[in-house]
Formats: sequence, C-alpha cells, structure tokens
Amino acid sequence: MSDYKKMWADLGLNLQAHDALLSVLGKAYQDIYLAQKNRPAGMGYFDFVMSEVHGLRIKELLDEKAAGRKVIGSYCVFVPEEIALAGNATLVGLCSGADFATEEVEKLLPRNTCSLIKSSFGFKLGKVCPYLECSDMIVGENTCDGKKKAYETLKTLVPNLYVMDLPQVKSAEGRALLKAEYFRFKAAVENLTGVRIDADKLRKSIAIVNNKRKAIHRLMSLRKADPAPISGLDALLANQVFFYDNPARFTESVNKICDELETRIERKEGVFPKKTPRILISGCPMAVPNWKLPWIIETSGAVIVGEESCVGERGTRNLTADSGSTANELTEAIVDRYFKIDCAIFTPNPDRMNHIAEMAETYKADGVIHYGLQFCQPYLMEAIPVEKALESKNIPTLRIDSDYSMEDLGQLKTRVEAFVELLR
Amino acid sequence: MRYAGIDIGSRSIELVVLENQEIAESRQTDSGFNPMENAESLMQGMTYDRIAATGYGRHLFEIAYNSPTVTEIKAYAEGAKFLFPQVRTILDIGGQDSKAISLNDEGKIKKFEMNDRCAAGTGKFLEIMARSLGYGLKDFGPAALEARKDIQISSMCTVFAESEVTGLVAKGEDRREIALGLHSSAVRRALGMLKRISVNDSLVFAGGVARNPCMCQLLEKALERKILIPENPQMVGALGAALLAREIK
Repeated sequence: MSDYKKMWADLGLNLQAHDALLSVLGKAYQDIYLAQKNRPAGMGYFDFVMSEVHGLRIKELLDEKAAGRKVIGSYCVFVPEEIALAGNATLVGLCSGADFATEEVEKLLPRNTCSLIKSSFGFKLGKVCPYLECSDMIVGENTCDGKKKAYETLKTLVPNLYVMDLPQVKSAEGRALLKAEYFRFKAAVENLTGVRIDADKLRKSIAIVNNKRKAIHRLMSLRKADPAPISGLDALLANQVFFYDNPARFTESVNKICDELETRIERKEGVFPKKTPRILISGCPMAVPNWKLPWIIETSGAVIVGEESCVGERGTRNLTADSGSTANELTEAIVDRYFKIDCAIFTPNPDRMNHIAEMAETYKADGVIHYGLQFCQPYLMEAIPVEKALESKNIPTLRIDSDYSMEDLGQLKTRVEAFVELLR
Repeated sequence: MRYAGIDIGSRSIELVVLENQEIAESRQTDSGFNPMENAESLMQGMTYDRIAATGYGRHLFEIAYNSPTVTEIKAYAEGAKFLFPQVRTILDIGGQDSKAISLNDEGKIKKFEMNDRCAAGTGKFLEIMARSLGYGLKDFGPAALEARKDIQISSMCTVFAESEVTGLVAKGEDRREIALGLHSSAVRRALGMLKRISVNDSLVFAGGVARNPCMCQLLEKALERKILIPENPQMVGALGAALLAREIK
C-alpha cells in the first residue's frame, strides 16, 4: 500500500484525512458487505475492486493518462460515456456518497442542501477524492436547482469544470437542447483529447457501453428468482462499480457472476430463504459508500430485488442504437437513448411512475421503499404521488427521507422492520 | 403456558405475562441510564415459558436473552386488538416517538406513520414543557384543562417551543393557557400523522401520553369521535409482544 502514498501525495490529497476516510470505508465494508452470508463467489472481484478503489484503479487511470488518454469525471448519468470513450477519454463517477469536511462545506453551501451535493464538495475541500484530482475535465450538469447553483461555486474550486445544460421537459424543444448540448460536449471532448470523434470510434464505444449495460440487465433479470440469488447490497455494489471500473473488465466480471447465479437458481439456492419479503427501492441515487438503507433492509428480514435509481435501472436500462452510419446519426442515437432517462428533474415525469410499477411487477416485489435524500426536492415531491399511485395498485409503499448521517439509524430500523412485518 | 412480553422504551420498561389469554401479571419501571440492567431487575422472580421483546431496546434484549423481537408498531397493533377487537386505527405516543397505525378489515397492518427523528409532539416534548412551566407531569394535563383560552404556540420543535414558553411566561400569560397551547400543538402533530394514514372508526389511543386527560379530550374534539383508551395505555406494547411470543417459535 505504501507505494500509493506517493501517488496520493502527488495528486494533492490530504494524506491524513484520506487515511481516515479509507479506514472508515474499510470498516463499513467489513461490517456491511463482508458480514453478509451466502455471497456469490464472484463478488470476490468486487471486494477486490473496493479494496483498491483509491489504489490500483487510480494507478490504472494515471497509467492511461501517461499513455495519452484523458480522464473525465462526472456526477450524473446524463453525461454520455459513449462520447467520452470515443474521444479516447475514460469516464469516471466522482465521489459523493459520504459526509466529509462538513464544516468547510457549510461555509460554501447552505446547511439545507442535500447530502449528495454536500458530499461532492466535501471530497474536494477535504482533498480526499483521487478520481476528482486526476480528472482532466469535470462535468457538472444542470439537473436540480441544488446542483446547478452549486456548480457556480464548484467552478471556483476546480480549474476544469465543464457545465452541461439539460432539458427539463420531454418535448421536441427539450430534445433539441439535449442534442445541442451533446454536440457541444463532443466538441469539448475532441478539444480536450485532440481526437476527432468519428463514426467508427462511436460505434466501438457504443458497443463497449451497451455490453456493460447488457451485463447489468442480465444480472437484474436473475434477481427475479425466488430465492433471490444475490443480495440487494451486492447488486447495488455492482451498479456502483459500473461508474468506476474499466468497462470491459466490469462487463466480464458481471457476466461471470451471472453464470454463477444461474447455477444457484438451478439449484434453488439463494442469499436468503425462499419467501423472504422482496423489496424494490426507488428514488435518489446511492453513491459509494451510501449503503445505509439497503443494509437496514437486508438485516431486517427482507431482500432487495431491484433499484429504480440512477445507480440502478434508471441509469442502465436503455441501450444505445448502433445502426447509424455517420457520426451524426450515431450521436443522434445517443441523444435518443439519454433523453429517455426519467429523472425527477423532468416535468411532468409519468415515465418514472410507470417504470416503478413495472419494476415492482417484473421483480415480484412485495413492497416498495421510496428513498428520498433530505432537501432533494424533485424526488421528495415525486414521492407523494408515487406512494399514492402504488397504493392504489395495492403495492405497500414506505417513504423514507434520510441523509448520510447515522443518527436516524434506530428510527429507520424500526420503520423498515415494521414495513417488513406488514409484508409477511 | 405463560407468555411474556417486554417493551423497552426510551422512558420506561413494561413487562406483561399472559396466561390462558389473560394478563396474569404486569410490571413497570423507568428505563434509566442502563435499560438492560433495569429490565433484568424488572424480570426478577417472574416466570414465563417464552418471551418476546419490543421497543427501542429490543435488539439489546435480543442479544442478551436470545429472544425474538417485534417492532413497537406491530406490538401496539396486536395489543390494541386484544383489548379492543374492533380497533382499526391506533395512535401511540410514547416517550420519544409517536406512530399512527391503520389496520385493514382483517386487522392486519395496512399502513403506518412515524414521527421523524425529532421528538416534537411526543412524551418528551410534554415532559420538558411541563417542567419549564413548573408542573409535575401528572398535573400538566389537568392544569391545561382549566385554561379558559388556548394560546397559540407556533413552534413544534422542543427547543424553540421552550424559548417561546419562556417568552410567554415573561409576558405574564396564564401558565394554564400556555399549557393548553402546548397540548394543542402536540395534538396537531398527531393529527398530521393520522391524516396521512386515514382515520377509521374505533381509534385506540395508547402509549404513556394517553394518560394525559387534556391530550385525550383535545383529540376527541378534533376527530369528532369518541376514542378508546386502554386502562393501562403504556402496557399495550408489552401486551402485544406477549401475544406475539405465543405465535413465534
């Protein structure tokens, strides 16, 4: 591990704070992940990835940089990975799943800002995110009000912030805006890497990203089995690592786990006994290491069978069509694919409602837990009609508002346990 | 067979033993600073065949006694159904949290609401407010009932409400009227939860706060219906746990 110290120091990380972060992360991983029973052997890959998430993976990115590639950091599933890859850049998700340097953050952001935004600032101000420090370009995107205003301040903290505008209505004008922004992004990537993005490169990158998505689709579809062959925590981890890992290696590793899960299903083996109450989680994204709610759910006698989330099926569900013959046509296909994302920043947003109900049915969920981050207006607002609509279909629903702190752990545990009791 | 239920709450611990479908014994003590020690002394000399734990401290009890656990929500629902078979809505306001539970026609839990992490409108809120007005907890409700008018308290937060009370006292307001205002504020909070689960007839009000006559009266007035109050509202959770101990193997 000691050789990473120099790498981290060279990246400008605060070594003491970073050590503290890694030790908390390691402890949490031990208590939440390694303490699980009946895990698929293939999860060993993800255990390794997590143990090296700030080590080997960063070294790989630095090696790629030394060989002439660029690294682009992002905070949102609207940043198209196909365009980054086609331009000879690697796209990585930036850290935003834990409270860090909160006092410093609250000098720049109001206290009633959601944990995710605060966390992204905390990792910058605390100098503990090697992904952010090794990024050649950081993409901010105008999703919610909190994020778009926060980027105005983030711009003063990082030298390479690129802000992408996003539509809020699924209309022809909305699509035109997304298209204009993706073409502008494509030019910015070309400018960054000096690589001209042509049809051939796009076709290759679309295949790489689609394969990654297909592997996740395969994993998701195996979770329909009862008993569930993999825990929700482990499936969430795969969805989280989706944002960090080398895409080809990720695809291979997820497929390997799927092979194992198929054998498990044949043998009727699962992580929990058959008839364990099945929960669908829906709502705000859960970035590493925000495992609090899934951990509570799966230690309260239930199993999570799906995530309607950006770190989950909302983010991965559609493929990009690869039939275009020109760079323009392929970029249009990318626009089409991303324009389907039913993020709560869109108004109105009926697709998401339909998708939640569809997922509940597909994955045979007994109930839905809606997860909203405190102060996340778009998702908290949608939570109320979502709950009403699901209950009108006789799908029990529990609404949880929480943040990254642990102070509501006891309260949440009682609510989740009581919800699981009523599903039995 | 004797089935016991223990409810380890934030303020008090209750223990109930059931024998032949009847309450054979019930005991209560303060949770204090070492709830497990207090639970143990409460159980001294008590015999039972099986025990189940509920309440805030249920998981500590589970580790120490290897007993099954059940949430307060389920325990209160079961306990209330035992006492009032026709019950369809339960309001439980305890020491540090409150919950509203609605049951379907078969008596199964359909939906529940729980206060969020703050203690607004709970027993703790009333306890702190009573103290800041110089009342004992027992006298607080009756004193509020003597008020001729209700003084509006706008803060739901215990800390802000306490400063609001200090301000009102300094202005020379009648403390019974302030007391009524505080009770109304706690009732508003409870009504908010009840509205989210839809109130049905046969509402049982349980938990320690149901011993406060002013809370009961204000609730009846606001809901425009008679509410059912168990003889010993604090025992409902322990009773429910005892009933569930019978079912759990």
